[in-house]
Amino acid sequence: MTTAAPNREEEVLETAEAMTVSPESPRRRRSPLGRVRWWVYALLSLAVVLCAFPLYWMLVVATAGNAAAHQIPPQLIPGDQGARIAELVFTTVPFIQSLGNSIIVATSVGVGTAVLCSLAGYAFAKIEFRGRNVLFIIVVLTMTVPMQLAIIPQYMVISAIDWVDTLQALIVPGLANAFGIFWMRQHISSTISDELIQAAKLDGAGTWQIFWRIVFPVVRPAAFVLGLLNFVSTWNDFLWPFIVLKSPELFTVQLAIRQLQNSRAIDLGLAMAGSFLATLPLLIVFFFVGRRLVGGIMDGAFKG
Amino acid sequence: MSITIERPARPDRAFRPASTRRARMRARWEGTSPYVYIAPFFVIFAIFGLLPLLYNFVISLFDWNPIGEQTFIGFDNFTRLFADPRFWNATVNTLGIFVLSTVPQLLLALGLAHLLNHARLKAANFFRMSMLVPYITSVAATTIVFAQLFDRDYGMLNWLLSFIGIDPIAWVDDRFGSWVVVSTMVAWRWFGYNTLLYLAALQAIPRDMYEAAEVDGAGAWHQFRFLTIPSLRPVIIFTVITSTIGGLQIFTEPLLLNPAAPLTCGSSRQCQTLVLFLYEQGFGQYAFGYGAAIGVVLFLIIVVIAGFNFLISTRVRGGRS
Repeated sequence: MTTAAPNREEEVLETAEAMTVSPESPRRRRSPLGRVRWWVYALLSLAVVLCAFPLYWMLVVATAGNAAAHQIPPQLIPGDQGARIAELVFTTVPFIQSLGNSIIVATSVGVGTAVLCSLAGYAFAKIEFRGRNVLFIIVVLTMTVPMQLAIIPQYMVISAIDWVDTLQALIVPGLANAFGIFWMRQHISSTISDELIQAAKLDGAGTWQIFWRIVFPVVRPAAFVLGLLNFVSTWNDFLWPFIVLKSPELFTVQLAIRQLQNSRAIDLGLAMAGSFLATLPLLIVFFFVGRRLVGGIMDGAFKG
Repeated sequence: MSITIERPARPDRAFRPASTRRARMRARWEGTSPYVYIAPFFVIFAIFGLLPLLYNFVISLFDWNPIGEQTFIGFDNFTRLFADPRFWNATVNTLGIFVLSTVPQLLLALGLAHLLNHARLKAANFFRMSMLVPYITSVAATTIVFAQLFDRDYGMLNWLLSFIGIDPIAWVDDRFGSWVVVSTMVAWRWFGYNTLLYLAALQAIPRDMYEAAEVDGAGAWHQFRFLTIPSLRPVIIFTVITSTIGGLQIFTEPLLLNPAAPLTCGSSRQCQTLVLFLYEQGFGQYAFGYGAAIGVVLFLIIVVIAGFNFLISTRVRGGRS
């Protein structure tokens, strides 16, 4: 750094001051070391409002009805029509069934990827086999290919094996998760020592037992977060179910929302209620495991 | 992102069970087991990923009607495509929405991550979790809410703008306006996620480096410019590339924005993206060959822009060089 300030001694003093946590220090400190200024909280609170308001607004219109979305100034507090509108959601489309379909698909993909990616990550991290490095590089390369662009032939494949309008068409392709393998491999190499594996081998354990008895119990938290990430993205996926599913009783909640939007284009209350009900299960899950999800994302492979 | 491929210690060969048939079978299983563990990925990817990707190139050379005839026509789909004003319209829309959604989003994420990185921030977990709420909200739900907020007559945004004397804007009907709406939805959904990625990288910078910088007399801006930014370079490259791949494939937001004309995102195709155009041609008109050709071109656009981004991002450097 070339900006050796003339008042360097003062700076040193200030640093010392900041380090000894003096809450009444009036100095301006904007670096991560200093005391947090009020405007930091103000800006962060603004960001929180930005994140939460659309969901809150969904709730307002879903409980106050269509009229709330068509008045100026807008109504800002939830109404009392919630039960009536929710009932209307359930009678307009098979919403409960859609929720069930979404739960089946998202859970299958979440659990499936958690197990399969751990297993493959373990093989890449801890077992020596011919072609390992090349195969791993291929896995990493597939992450960079934009798959959505091949939706037409993807649909043709699904059609050729007679999977159009089935839930497995949503589940099975989602189980190939290159990012998950990469992620679990990093976790397994950094948390499990080769000595531990060696010791288990000397005790006569095979790769399968080593995986279930040693590796998986240790990396289960990471696998859980990976499964959660895939659960969320499968739950929220729109394009692929939109192409593959035809019958309303197999629709996921995302397609049910679109049906609600279309069936009464004017009744926004209905569409908003559907949107809110489709988001609610994730919000509940998030309330309980959100901290782990945050930790998992931040714990990802990218640290400097 | 650095991928280190380290070799594990060689398997211990000192320990050998008695050479019975069972033991030999077991040894054979032990040798093939790693292939079995990685096989699901390769099999599924081959069938549902690689095969369609390659087949897409083949189909793009045909006049391909899924319920009618398939005729080989060479590069005709591409010459037709490049002469099609709808294609250029969709390309400009896609690029415009991509820039409008990505640039502000990543800058916002960078700023927020910087704020969240204060060592003595209270309620840090609350702030972090809040940033992830948009990410768990589905695109379909997001679109319906934002379409209402941007409504010309009853939208909250126009209502707020009226206080500073701005007349109601017909966001969704206007070309640039509809780009803003779609970009806002995309940026809203992803900025928190990227904030957390940046925050993770920031926290990996040792605190004593900031202390040393301060002792050296570096102010907040210099610390940000010469310490923070260079340390974030790998994660910035990562987010730029993933945002490119995602941003150029936007589909659901424009599809749901305008229920009256979903496949074109409005009567004048004002916010029809390339993937939506692909869908319209492929599944709306059953022109599989033409749709596949759009896919091929979009694929090339993504490869070029991602490569270009990568080159630029690697030049975002600082420090004492």
